[in-house]
Amino acid sequence: MTAYLRPNTLEEALAVREAHPEYTILAGGTDLLVSGHRVPPPPGIVDLFDLRPLRGIARDGDGSLRLGAATTYLDVLSSDTGREELSILRAAAREIGALQIQARGTLGGNLVTSSPVGDTLPVWLALGAEVELSSAGRGARRVAYDAFCTGYRQTDMAPDELVTAVTIPPPAPGTRRFWRKVGTRRAQSISKLMIAATARLENGLIAEPRIGLGALADRPIRGVAVERAMAGRPPDEDTAARAARALAAEITPIDDVRSSADYRLTVATNLVARFVRLLAEPA
Amino acid sequence: MADPSRVSGDPALAVGVSIPRVDGRAKVRGRALYVDDLTAEGMLHGQTVRSRVPHGVLRAIRQDPDFDWSGITVATAADIPGENVVALIEDDQPALVPIGGRVRHPDEAVALVAAPTRARAREAADHIELDIEPLPASFTIEESLAGEVVLYGDDNVMRRFDVQKGQDVERALAEADFVIDGTYRTGPQEQMYIEPQGVMAAWDDQGACRLTGSMQCPYYVHKAIARLTALPPEKVVIAQSVTGGGFGGKEEYPSMIGAHAAVLARASGAPVKLVYDRDEDIGATTKRHPARVHHRLGVMKDGTIVAQDVDVVLDGGAYVTLSPVVLSRAVLHATGPYRCPNVRIVGRAVATNVSPHGAFRGFGAPQTTFPYERQIDKAARQLGIEPFEMRRRNMLELGDETATGQTLSYSVGGPAALARAEAAAGSAPPRELAPAEQGTPVRRGRGLAFYYHGAGFTGSGEEKLAGRATVALCEGGGFEVRSSSTDIGQGTLTIFAQLAAAALGVDVGLVRVPEPETGSVPDSGPTVASRTCMVVGGVVERAASALRRRIEAWADEQGIDAPMDELGRRAAGELGEISETAQYSPPPGIEWDDDSYTGSAYAVYGWAACVVDVAVDLDTYEVQVERCIHAVDVGKAIHPIIVKGQIEGGTLQALGWALWEHVAYERGSVVNRRMTDCIVPTFADAPELETIIVEEPYPHGPHGAKGVGEIPMDGPAAAVANALEDALGAPFDAVPALPEHIARALAQAERAPVSKNEREVIS
Ligand SMILES: Cc1cc2nc3c(=O)[nH]c(=O)nc-3n(C[C@H](O)[C@H](O)[C@H](O)COP(=O)(O)OP(=O)(O)OC[C@H]3O[C@@H](n4cnc5c(N)ncnc54)[C@H](O)[C@@H]3O)c2cc1C
Repeated sequence: MTAYLRPNTLEEALAVREAHPEYTILAGGTDLLVSGHRVPPPPGIVDLFDLRPLRGIARDGDGSLRLGAATTYLDVLSSDTGREELSILRAAAREIGALQIQARGTLGGNLVTSSPVGDTLPVWLALGAEVELSSAGRGARRVAYDAFCTGYRQTDMAPDELVTAVTIPPPAPGTRRFWRKVGTRRAQSISKLMIAATARLENGLIAEPRIGLGALADRPIRGVAVERAMAGRPPDEDTAARAARALAAEITPIDDVRSSADYRLTVATNLVARFVRLLAEPA
Repeated sequence: MADPSRVSGDPALAVGVSIPRVDGRAKVRGRALYVDDLTAEGMLHGQTVRSRVPHGVLRAIRQDPDFDWSGITVATAADIPGENVVALIEDDQPALVPIGGRVRHPDEAVALVAAPTRARAREAADHIELDIEPLPASFTIEESLAGEVVLYGDDNVMRRFDVQKGQDVERALAEADFVIDGTYRTGPQEQMYIEPQGVMAAWDDQGACRLTGSMQCPYYVHKAIARLTALPPEKVVIAQSVTGGGFGGKEEYPSMIGAHAAVLARASGAPVKLVYDRDEDIGATTKRHPARVHHRLGVMKDGTIVAQDVDVVLDGGAYVTLSPVVLSRAVLHATGPYRCPNVRIVGRAVATNVSPHGAFRGFGAPQTTFPYERQIDKAARQLGIEPFEMRRRNMLELGDETATGQTLSYSVGGPAALARAEAAAGSAPPRELAPAEQGTPVRRGRGLAFYYHGAGFTGSGEEKLAGRATVALCEGGGFEVRSSSTDIGQGTLTIFAQLAAAALGVDVGLVRVPEPETGSVPDSGPTVASRTCMVVGGVVERAASALRRRIEAWADEQGIDAPMDELGRRAAGELGEISETAQYSPPPGIEWDDDSYTGSAYAVYGWAACVVDVAVDLDTYEVQVERCIHAVDVGKAIHPIIVKGQIEGGTLQALGWALWEHVAYERGSVVNRRMTDCIVPTFADAPELETIIVEEPYPHGPHGAKGVGEIPMDGPAAAVANALEDALGAPFDAVPALPEHIARALAQAERAPVSKNEREVIS
C-alpha cells in the first residue's frame, strides 16, 4: 500500500521529507501522472498541492519577488503582484499545456522535473532568479538557477530538501523583457525551442543582457557568448547579426522527432536578432 | 437554433432543421457505453505481441520459463479455428503470423495474451520472445519501385489503373502553349480518433461468437470473423458499441483486432476485451496512404486546359487491404473538376514493409487533389490569370464531360461554390504588414483550391452492394430504423431519425435508431465513402414510405382516419410488429465499365471551393491560417449543424495534414506514437472557419442530399500551399509544410533566386 500524506504546514512537510526521503513529492501531478503510468507505485506520497505557505506571489522587504513553489500557472496569470517583472513568466504560463494543466501545474514541479523543455526555466535565467531549497535540519538556502540545474533532468536538491520558492531580485529601471516559445502547435505543445531575454539601454547601448535558452541543450542555458556580443553595443542591425553569430557558435542543438538541429539553430538566431531590434524600439 | 419542442411537434419540420442529436444527451452525461466501459463476468484483458522486425521469417515463439504463466492464456496462429486471414479484398493478410510464415511489417501481430488484468497481460506479453530471421526490407515508394526487395508479385505493384481520354497525351502536351510539370508528395496521416480501437469478444455455450466494439462496418467484421472461425454466418454476431470517431480508421482494422479478441476468447474460454493504448493504436493501425504524384498540365495562353498526364503512386504498406479502392478513387479524382479533352492517368499501389495504409476521410482523393490544384495555381501564376478566373475558365458545368466520359446532367454545384467562396473572401489582405507582433516580420498570402468528390461507391459499387435498411412499427406504436450504418460521431442516428420521421409523417421523437448489431439489422453496406446519408438515408426513406403506405392501407380498410402517430399506435396494437425493408437501386443512366475505366464513375459529385489566408512568421517560419472560407455543395443539408460540423471538422483535419501532421517512421515503424509528438491541430491552432453550405439538390438523394463527409478533407491542403507560395514566392509541393520545411525552402530560395514566372515551365 502507498501511504498518502497531506501536510498542513511547511514544518510538517519538511519533517516528513526528512523522515521519508523515499516518498514521492506530489504537487500538481501533471508530470508525475504521465511518467507514473507504467512504474510501480511509490511507498508513499506527500501531497504539497495547495499547501498555503508554498502558494502565491509576494514582494519581500528588499523589493525582491517571492514565488511559492506550489504556485500554479493560473495563480501566476491571475496575480497582481509584480506584473511588470513577471510579464515573461505570464507569457510562458499562458502557453503551458492548456487551462487544465495551468490550473494544476506548479512552478516547483517544472523546476524539479528539470526537463530541457520546461517552459518556465529559461525565464528564471533571464530574470536572474534564485531557487530556495529548505530542509528540516539545515533550514533554507538559495542557489542561482544555473547552479540549481546541474545536468539533464538533474538538480542540486538534496533528498531531504523541498523546493520552497523562487526569488527574483528587483529589476533595474528601464529593463526590457522578451519571451518566445516555438512549439509544435499553439497549445498542448512541447517546445522546439524557447528564448527568454532581458536587457536595458544605457546611453543608447545595451546593458546587462541576460539570455535564457530552452530546448537547445541538455538543460536550459544562458547565452553567455550572445550576451557578451550584445553588451555595450547599440541595438542595431550590426549588433543583431553579431549576436546571431555568437549564438550559432555557442549552441549545438539536436535533431529529434519534434524538430531538426538546423531549424532550432536558425530560429534561435533569428529570435536573438529580433530581441536586439526590439531594444531599439520605444518601450 | 430552432426550439426543439416546436420542431418535434411538426413532422414536416423534421428535415432541414438542426434537432438535438439523438445520441447527444447520453454522451454529454457520460452515460454512453464505449467498448472500454463494457465488462463481463470472468472477463480477461488481451494484449498483442508484435513482430518488431520489418521483414523476416518467424522461426519460433518462446515463453519465458521463469515467468509465472498461471491464469494466462497465450494464443498463436495455431489457435485459429478457421482460415488464418483477415478477409477483405485479397486474402493476403494473416490474423497472426504462423511459425514459418513471413513477417511483413514491424507491428505485425504474432501472438496474443489474455490475463485477468491489463497489467498482467502486458507483463506476460513482455515475456514472450520471438525468433525472427530478418530479411532485407523496403520502406518507401522509391525503394519499392526499385524492386530490390520483392514483396508482392514480381514488381511490388499491388494494383494498377489506367484512364485514357482523347488523343495521345504526349502530342497534346507538345501542342500546348505551356506545360507545367511538377512532382508532389503527401505524407501519411493518423486518424487520431478520440477513442482508440477496441473489441470485446465472447463465445456462448452453443459455440456462437459475439463481438462488440468500436467500428464503422459491422458487416465487414462479420465476414472476416465468419471465415476466421469457420462458423456459419448466423453464429457470428457483430455489435457496434458507441464509437468515439473513425475517419476511416475503423473501416478495416476492427476485423483484425476483432479476430484477435475472438481467438483469445475461444482459447481462454472467457470473454476477452482487447483495447489499444494510444501508442499501440498509432503504431499498428492504418494511416492515410503516402503518395507521390507526377503531374503534367498542358495549358493554352488564354488559360484553357488541353491535357493532363498524371502518374499516381500510393504506398500501400505490407498488405493489399483497401489499397486498390483507395487507388481507384485517387485516380478518378486526379484531373479535378475541369474540362480536359486529353487525359492519361496511371495509378499504382505498391508494397512496402510498413503497417498497411488504409482508409482515411477522402480515401485517395486528397492525395491527387493536392497536385492538380497546385498545378492549376502555378499555371495561373505563369499566365498571369487571376486564380478564381483560371478555375472559372476551365470548370465543369452542367452538360460537360469528365475524364472518364461521364456527362454531368444534374447537381453540378461547382460554379455556385466558387462564386460564393469568392464573394465571401473579398479582397486579399495586404501582402506585408507593418511589424505586428513585437516587431515580427510577417508575410501574408492567399490561396484558392477548387475540387469535387464523388459521393458513394465508385462505378457500379453501390449496385453490387445493394444496401438494405428496414423501418419497423414496434410494440406501443414507436418506429425503429434498422440499418448497419454506424454513428461514429457524424450524426447517422439523428439524420436517419429525421429522414424516417419525415417520410412516415410522425414526430422525430417516435423514431428510435439503435446501434447496429448484425443479428438484427440488414446489411446496408459499410459506413464509408460519404454514402450514409445519400445512399442509405435514401433507402431508409423508401422503407419508411413503404411502411407508411402499408399502415395507411390498413387504416383505410379499417375505416380509420387519424394522424400517423395515432394510426401507428392502433396498427401496432392490432397487427403487432410490422416492418418494411428497402434496397438501393441505382438512378437511371449510371453506367460504368470496369475494364476500360470509363463511364459514370459516381452517381453524383459534391463540389467545393476553399480560400485560405496565411501569415508566415519569417523568424520562426510558423504559419498562422488567418482565414479559411469553405463553400461546399452538399445537395441538401438534412441537419445543418451536423453538416457544418462535418465541414469544419474535415477542414481542420485537412489544415492539420497541410501544416502539422507528420507521422515519423524509422525502418517502417512509427516513432512518434503519442499525442504529445504525433501532432494534430488544437482549437488554438484553428482559424475562424467560415463555412458556406451550398445546396444544389441531387434528384435521387433523400430531399436532394448527397455526400458531405469526405469532401472538406480534399482541398484545403492545396489552398494552404498555394497561399504559402503567394506569400513567400517559393513553391510548396509536399504535405505537410512544416516550419522546418519552410525554413529550408526559404534558405534555398535565397541561395538560388528564381523569378517566379520562370519556375516549373519546360516549354
Ligand atoms: C498535457 C500536458 C501538457 C503540458 N504542457 C507543458 C508545457 O507546455 N510546458 C511545460 O513546461 N510543461 C508542460 N507540461 C508538464 C507539467 O505540466 C509541468 O512541468 C508542471 O509545471 C509540473 O508541475 P506539477 O506541479 O504538476 O508537478 P508534479 O507532477 O506534481 O511533480 C513533478 C516533479 O517535481 C517534484 N516536485 C514537485 N514539487 C516539488 C517541490 N516543491 N519540492 C520538491 N519536489 C517537487 C515531484 O516529486 C516530481 O518529481 C505538461 C504536462 C501535461 C500533462
